[in-house]
Amino acid sequence: MDLLEYQGKQLFKKHGVPVPEGRPAKTVEEAVAAAEALGYPVVIKAQVLIGGRGKAGGIKLAKARGEAEAHAKAILGMDIRGFTVHELYVEQASEIDEEYYAAILLDRTAKKPLAMLSRMGGMDVEEIAAKDPTAIVRLHVDPLIGFQGFHGRRLAYEAGIAADVVKPVVALLSRLYETFVEEDALLVEVNPLLVTKSREVVALDAKVTIDGNSLHRHPETAAMRNPAAEDPQEQMARERGLTYVKLDGNIGILGNGAGLVMSTLDVVAQAGGSPANFLDAGGGSKAEAIVDAVEVILSNPKVTAVLFNIFGGITRCDEVARGLVTAFGQIDVKVPFVVRLDGTNDEEGRKILADASLPNVHVEKTMLGAARKVVELAG
Amino acid sequence: MSVLVGKDTRLVVCGLTGREGRFHGLNNRNYGTNVVAGMTPGKGGQDVEGIPVYNTVHDAVEKEGANTAMVFVPPAGAADSILEALDAGIELVIAITEGIPVHDMLRVYTHLKRGNARLVGPNCPGILSPGKANVGIIPAHFFSEGNVGLVSRSGTLTYQIGNELAQRGFGNSSIVGIGGDPIAGSSFIDIIQLFEQDDETELIVMCGEIGGEEEERTAEYIAEHATKPVIGYIAGFTAPPGKTMGHAGAIISGSKGTAQAKAEALEAKGVRVGRTPTEVAEIAASMLGAKA
Repeated sequence: MDLLEYQGKQLFKKHGVPVPEGRPAKTVEEAVAAAEALGYPVVIKAQVLIGGRGKAGGIKLAKARGEAEAHAKAILGMDIRGFTVHELYVEQASEIDEEYYAAILLDRTAKKPLAMLSRMGGMDVEEIAAKDPTAIVRLHVDPLIGFQGFHGRRLAYEAGIAADVVKPVVALLSRLYETFVEEDALLVEVNPLLVTKSREVVALDAKVTIDGNSLHRHPETAAMRNPAAEDPQEQMARERGLTYVKLDGNIGILGNGAGLVMSTLDVVAQAGGSPANFLDAGGGSKAEAIVDAVEVILSNPKVTAVLFNIFGGITRCDEVARGLVTAFGQIDVKVPFVVRLDGTNDEEGRKILADASLPNVHVEKTMLGAARKVVELAG
Repeated sequence: MSVLVGKDTRLVVCGLTGREGRFHGLNNRNYGTNVVAGMTPGKGGQDVEGIPVYNTVHDAVEKEGANTAMVFVPPAGAADSILEALDAGIELVIAITEGIPVHDMLRVYTHLKRGNARLVGPNCPGILSPGKANVGIIPAHFFSEGNVGLVSRSGTLTYQIGNELAQRGFGNSSIVGIGGDPIAGSSFIDIIQLFEQDDETELIVMCGEIGGEEEERTAEYIAEHATKPVIGYIAGFTAPPGKTMGHAGAIISGSKGTAQAKAEALEAKGVRVGRTPTEVAEIAASMLGAKA
């Protein structure tokens, strides 16, 4: 789960990572009130889960009330690379002396946390690497030892940061690592890590990704999820406990098990079709879950045909068939369905479908055959 | 011979008294796996259809000689349970639980690698050696004894591919689910090493998916060390970047971890990659045709 800048900064503040004073705002009035309270100059920042806000005009300096109001008006509702701005962050402006880069992230390949520091901040990490690969210092941290002073010192000295700020940068890195571990983050990135004119070190931006599997122990972070920024189908699916990802196409897909669903999308694409979604109904899919899933898939107006690809292991094909029959009883289904049932209780499942003689439901025996059929019907 | 589980397996099921643990634990026993104990804190002294339940894994090891643990504990306590099994001297832990926080697994993995025990999973369907033992949730009736070793990050996709192979007359030596999490106890390489040493395995099928670099690393390993033929399959060619596709580990980060890159890495090292589950079986038939 990705956090907005101000949400990430709330976590930073909690763990002692220095950040400029700021307040979130959802309306122009709130933004002006925040600016007045903070004192000018302030920076009005669009809160969206995408980079390149500055270039898109989503970050503006305001020296007085009139400017704050004008910028807040302009930025709220703005579209930044496909993301609509619903929230602002109003922050005390900082005088920039130097810009560094710092991050702690999960290195999947090494299976360790990776700490990174560079004296070249303010641009994408890929950009830094392209300009000067030696400018980024990387250090793995043993998760059972944690981030020690020496980790910070090695990073700071090897990155060649200014001698007068080594101590505060090391302290900040240590606090950043604490945030990474205690908040169950997959990524905490500070870019730029700012050295102000008065040589103070502060995190000017915050990019934080939290492990979705850890939210049971972080109720406050879980509450930061912003439904307004979420796709309507994805939100509906999440509320029903279904794993759903919206895609661009017109063929609705349901399967059981993440790997099989991914494979189904691929096979449909190879057959010339374009999947509208990924939906994993999960192991042991019960009839009610199938009804929920059909509703979510069909709530996407682009869907012109639906493919069910079930290979029953724990999931029983008769349960899936019953769920589909129930769904057809509750929903006015206007698009054709192709259903492939294989594995546990597949014959019973196919018999249930045959007996129900649902309109426009086609039963196929193989995954490949089902994919070809649904592509043909989707038009 | 089989890999990891077999006639010597003495299994303790952590979470045997739960709904899933009970269902699959008994299923595994019915298949012939020697399920010697269950472990649920506070339920020591009870039994599940004759299988004694203990409060700790240590008790199960001491009283019943358990050497393998299967973890069905819910995600919040699963890492604790894996560490308990390791502490009790269990040699092989198979963790079925999905949804364990990554930071828990970072600590478990780092600890694991300092000892000699092995962890398969988490977020995996377990291990089946047809005709010998089943530890986990793989529906055994689809699979028969044979010469294809199957290793996979996904459960149901494994059943699909196993089924396609079965329709062409192939059985399996062992099927190992290594799981769909970003931090997995065993890698493709770990399991391919075991298949290399296993006399019954003549062909290896590895079933990968988007996310991480395990398939790329495996391609390097195969080129240098594998003597048995390997066929690959990768799921997720149509997956968009930045979206978690069901499995916590199945995510393309930036431009990294794409199915295309993985398939190309494998093919560059001479591994044939089937573009559909059906094509995997076709390639297997063309390689082992005479035996099918």
